[in-house]
Amino acid sequence: MDSIERAEATVSDRLTGPCRIDVDRLRGDFPILSSTVYGKPLVYLDNAATTQKPAVVIETLRNYYEQVNSNIHRGVHHLSQVATDEYEKSRRTVQRFLNARKVSEIVFVRGTTEGVNLIAQTFGRSRLAEGDEVVISAMEHHSNIVPWQMVCEQMGARLKVIPMNDRGELLIEKYAGLLGPRTKLVSFVHVSNALGTVNPAREMIQLAHERGIPVVLDGAQSLPHLKVDVQELDVDFFVFSGHKAFGPTGIGAVYGKLKHLEAMPPYQGGGDMISSVSFEKTTYNEVPHKFEAGTPNIAGAIGLGASLEYLAGLDLDVVAGYEEGLVEYAHEALLEVPGLRLIGTAEKKAGVVSFVLESVHPHDIGTILDREGVAIRTGHHCAQPVMDFYGVPATARASFAFYNKREEIDILVQGLGKAIEVFR
Amino acid sequence: MSFVNELYQEVILDHNRQPRNYGDLPDATEKAEGYNPLCGDRVTVYIKRDGDVIQDVKFVGAGCAISTASASLMTETLKGKNLAQARVLFEKFRDMVMGNLDMEMDDEDLEKLVVFHRLSDYPVRVKCATLVWHALLSALEKEEKAVSTE
Repeated sequence: MDSIERAEATVSDRLTGPCRIDVDRLRGDFPILSSTVYGKPLVYLDNAATTQKPAVVIETLRNYYEQVNSNIHRGVHHLSQVATDEYEKSRRTVQRFLNARKVSEIVFVRGTTEGVNLIAQTFGRSRLAEGDEVVISAMEHHSNIVPWQMVCEQMGARLKVIPMNDRGELLIEKYAGLLGPRTKLVSFVHVSNALGTVNPAREMIQLAHERGIPVVLDGAQSLPHLKVDVQELDVDFFVFSGHKAFGPTGIGAVYGKLKHLEAMPPYQGGGDMISSVSFEKTTYNEVPHKFEAGTPNIAGAIGLGASLEYLAGLDLDVVAGYEEGLVEYAHEALLEVPGLRLIGTAEKKAGVVSFVLESVHPHDIGTILDREGVAIRTGHHCAQPVMDFYGVPATARASFAFYNKREEIDILVQGLGKAIEVFR
Repeated sequence: MSFVNELYQEVILDHNRQPRNYGDLPDATEKAEGYNPLCGDRVTVYIKRDGDVIQDVKFVGAGCAISTASASLMTETLKGKNLAQARVLFEKFRDMVMGNLDMEMDDEDLEKLVVFHRLSDYPVRVKCATLVWHALLSALEKEEKAVSTE
C-alpha cells in the first residue's frame, strides 16, 4: 500500500470505522477477548498496563515447553540446539521489527524497567562524573526516573527535567535550553503511559545529537502503537517490554548502537556473559551476550518473537490510524460526560485516554466499571510527578489496542453514567 | 439489591458527600499520616486524648468514597472510647472487611461500621477502608513517620 492509500485508509477509518482492519477477525485471534466478567462481556481497556495475547503466542509458549524446553548456549544435545536456535531467531525478529542494523544490537532483558536500569548502570555510570547532568522529561514513568536518580546519586550528577504545558506536550525550546556542556545523556518516553502524548522523538534526538549527547528512548508504550525504526530515529538506545506488545511478561529488549554496547561494561556477572573465567581474570563474552548473565527467559524470548511476527503481519500504519480514530472517538464521547476532565490533550496522542470526574474518585469509577465488565486502570500510573502537575492524586485511564471497538467505548461511557448516578 | 448498592450503601455515600469531623484539631495530642502508595490516597488523623480516653478525633485527606467514608465513620465511632476499646474495634473492623468476622455473632460494637461488611467481596478495596485505621493506630503508638498500607 503506498502512502496515499494509507492516508486514505486512515481518514476513512476515522469517518466510518475500520475498513482496512477487520477488528472482529483480529479479536478472534485473542482467546480472552471472548470471555465474560460478572456475566458481562469483557471490555478490556487496560492495554497500557498489559496487552492480551494472541493464540499464536500462547501456542508458541506451549510448544516450547512441550517440545523444545532446554537450556541454551550450553548443551551439545539436540534440544539445547533447537532452543538456542529459537531463542536467537527471536533476537533476529526483534532486530527486523525495530530495523536495527545488526542482530548483536538486541539485548534481551526482563522488560523496560530492567532495560533502563541496565543502561543507567553501565552506559550511564561510565559516562557520568560529578556535576554532569542527565535530562529526562516531566512525563516519565517511575522506571525512567528512579534508575537515573540512582546513578546520579552514585556519580554526583544532577537530573534535569524537560517541562510540559497543560495539554501534556513537552516544551521543545526549553528542552533545547537544558542541553548544555554538562549534559551527558537524555532519556525520555516516546509515548506517555499516563497522558498518551506522542513526543517528537526524531526532532528531540536530533537536538541532542547536534550537541553530541546520546539519547535513550523508553518505547514501552510506543512499540505497540507506532511503527518504530531505530535507524530512522537514529536513537542510541530503545527499550521496550514484550507484554505490552502482545507478548509474554518477563521479557523485553534493549536496542543499543553497537559502538555503545561494545564500549559498555557488563551489567550483571554470571554464566553465559563470560568467555572464560579463572580466579585471576575473567574475559567477558561479546555483545549482546555480555549483558545476558544467567539462564534467560528462553520461553519468553521465543514468545516475544511470535508476538512481533504477529504484529508485523498487520499493517502498522493502518493500525496506528485505526487507534488514533479510537482515541478521537473516546475524547468526543467522554467530553459529553458531565463533570469530566481529560488529563492529557496533546495534539498527537496514541492509545491512552486519562480523565477524572468531578464527583467520583477514580477508584470508585474503577470498581463500578469493573462490575460492568469494563477493565480500566485507576491510580497514579507510576507517574506521580504527572499527577502532581495536574493537581490530582490519581486518574482513570482507558487505553486501547487495535482489537478495541467503538462499541466498547460506548459501554465505558454508559458505565461512567452509572457511577455518576450512584454518587449524585 | 445490585452490587453497587451493596458496596456503596447510603450511609457510605452520605459520609463521602459530607464527611463528619473533617478538619484539623489545633489542640491534638497525637497526629499521624496514612498513605496508600498504590492509589495515592492520603489521610491525616488528629486525636485529642484525655488520659486513656479519646475525647476528640478528626481527619483531613483526599481519597475515594470508601476511604473518606471510612475515616468519617471511624471518627464518629471512636469519640469517647478508651484506647483498649479503640484497638479492639480496629481488629474487629479489619476482620470484618477481610471477611473473617462472623457477622451474626460478633458485630454489636461495630455500630455503624457494619456498612462496610460487603467490602470483603472487594479485596482490592479493603486497604481503602483500613488506611485511616492504620494511621489512627500509629498516632496512638506515637510513631512519627507516615504509615503505609504496603
